[in-house]
Amino acid sequence: MSIEKYRRNFLKEVEERVEEGHWVKMCMQCGVCAGSCPLGPHWEHTPQKIFMMIRAGKREEVLTSDSMWMCTSCYNCIVRCPRKLPITHIMHGLAYLAKREGLVPKNQPTAQFGQMFWDNLVKTGRVNELKLSLGMYFKDGFGQGIKNAMAMQSVGLGMMKAKRLNPMEIMGGHGIKDKSGFSAMLKKARELEDARRKLA
Amino acid sequence: MAKKQYSFYPGCSSQSGASSSNYLTSTQSMVKLLDVQLNEIPDWNCCGASIGYAGGGELPRVALSARNIALSEQHNPGQEIVATCAACWLATREAKERLDHSATLLAETNEALKEAGLVFKNEAPAARHMVEVLIDDIGYETLKSGVKKPLEGIKIAGYVGCQTNRPFGIDGESFENPMYLDKLVESMGGEAITGYDQKVTCCGGALAFSEPEKSQKQIKDIIESAYDHGADMIVTPCPLCQANTEIYQGEVNKRYGTKFNIPVTYYSQLITVAYGGSAKDAALDGQIIRATKLEEIAGK
Ligand code: SF4
Ligand code: SF4
Repeated sequence: MSIEKYRRNFLKEVEERVEEGHWVKMCMQCGVCAGSCPLGPHWEHTPQKIFMMIRAGKREEVLTSDSMWMCTSCYNCIVRCPRKLPITHIMHGLAYLAKREGLVPKNQPTAQFGQMFWDNLVKTGRVNELKLSLGMYFKDGFGQGIKNAMAMQSVGLGMMKAKRLNPMEIMGGHGIKDKSGFSAMLKKARELEDARRKLA
Repeated sequence: MAKKQYSFYPGCSSQSGASSSNYLTSTQSMVKLLDVQLNEIPDWNCCGASIGYAGGGELPRVALSARNIALSEQHNPGQEIVATCAACWLATREAKERLDHSATLLAETNEALKEAGLVFKNEAPAARHMVEVLIDDIGYETLKSGVKKPLEGIKIAGYVGCQTNRPFGIDGESFENPMYLDKLVESMGGEAITGYDQKVTCCGGALAFSEPEKSQKQIKDIIESAYDHGADMIVTPCPLCQANTEIYQGEVNKRYGTKFNIPVTYYSQLITVAYGGSAKDAALDGQIIRATKLEEIAGK
């Protein structure tokens, strides 16, 4: 495969295959991002560590880490980084590469939720919140789904009462008119990106 | 004076029956009272939000926003795009910024858009957030001058959150301690809790759904600090901040043994009430935790 050319040079691979990856080499390891990340306590590898590991060629360890999946896109790191690295986007890019390479830790809930979100929006052009919630509850099977739904019953009922959750959305709900043009556009975009980033 | 007109991008969560439909209802009432016209972008699509990266790479995500911008250029020519949702605003601005800086990305995006019969001409100015319209195009003084029912006696904690504040933020405001929400509250006659120290804390974003044990700690801190400062209410400009801090208060109470029950509203609801709109105009019936003090003023 074409990624053979990156053998032993993960930094180069990240530069070419990861969104905004060309910035990684600019990191000066000051640790401001690590200290600023609200999810910091949960990250096994902070952004600072991830960048160091990329430069050390630790491909497997980086791409199988669940850390970047915990990025909430709060942009705290970006505004504080003295080198102006677009850290949030690099985290997203690494997560996406890990997914394409099949290296995401099994059952990582945010990776699963993120994929469901994408599939949901691709279908009609707009997000169907009801289907998204139900999909998340039932992702580990029917029995678990019922349990999850029961546990969140008061939340769901409150939302319905306030008319901020519409049970009729299960019938299809909101969507755009030009669905065929929309799908064709996304298909083309994916083909072009896959070719450029060698994401076969 | 000619009515101010903007090309409007409402976003998925604002649609009827969706989690921030009360935001849209109150925005529509607010702009009517302020004599501003919003022209919805026909057939707009989802921006991909901040969690879209899991399923779509860079180009598909940029294409989502480029389609909206192209539709705006075509149907609402010359008008600035205004978004009410932080993520919508951010995605749209970010896409344009990237397209401005990369000829490759621009060429590929247009190749993809061609499949939908569209072209990104790059004529539209950068997308703006509704609060920018309030602050920059209308101004605090003018806003203040139209107040009919000042929000007297209500102590309000301004929770700005992440994405309305970073990475672009509101012109002239600091990322660490933005003051515009406090100033908006004061313009409406309310009492701003200026010492509120959690105003830019992350609400946990999409993790509220996928990894609640992590996000609920964030939510707890945000609410607790509002109570500690004596707030009657929280106000926010972001649909996800609103949803996370209001909807999950019950769950946070279960997890931490707390007894939180504080309303979380949008600035558009405050302005609508202060400008004389009814509780219904302000979509106060869309609160899960009733904003009783606002309802009282609206009913006066
Ligand atoms: S803040 Fe920037 S320079 Fe410092 S460690 Fe993080 S990415 Fe590197
Ligand atoms: S954007 Fe992501 S990586 Fe950066 S501080 Fe926020 S959660 Fe951490």
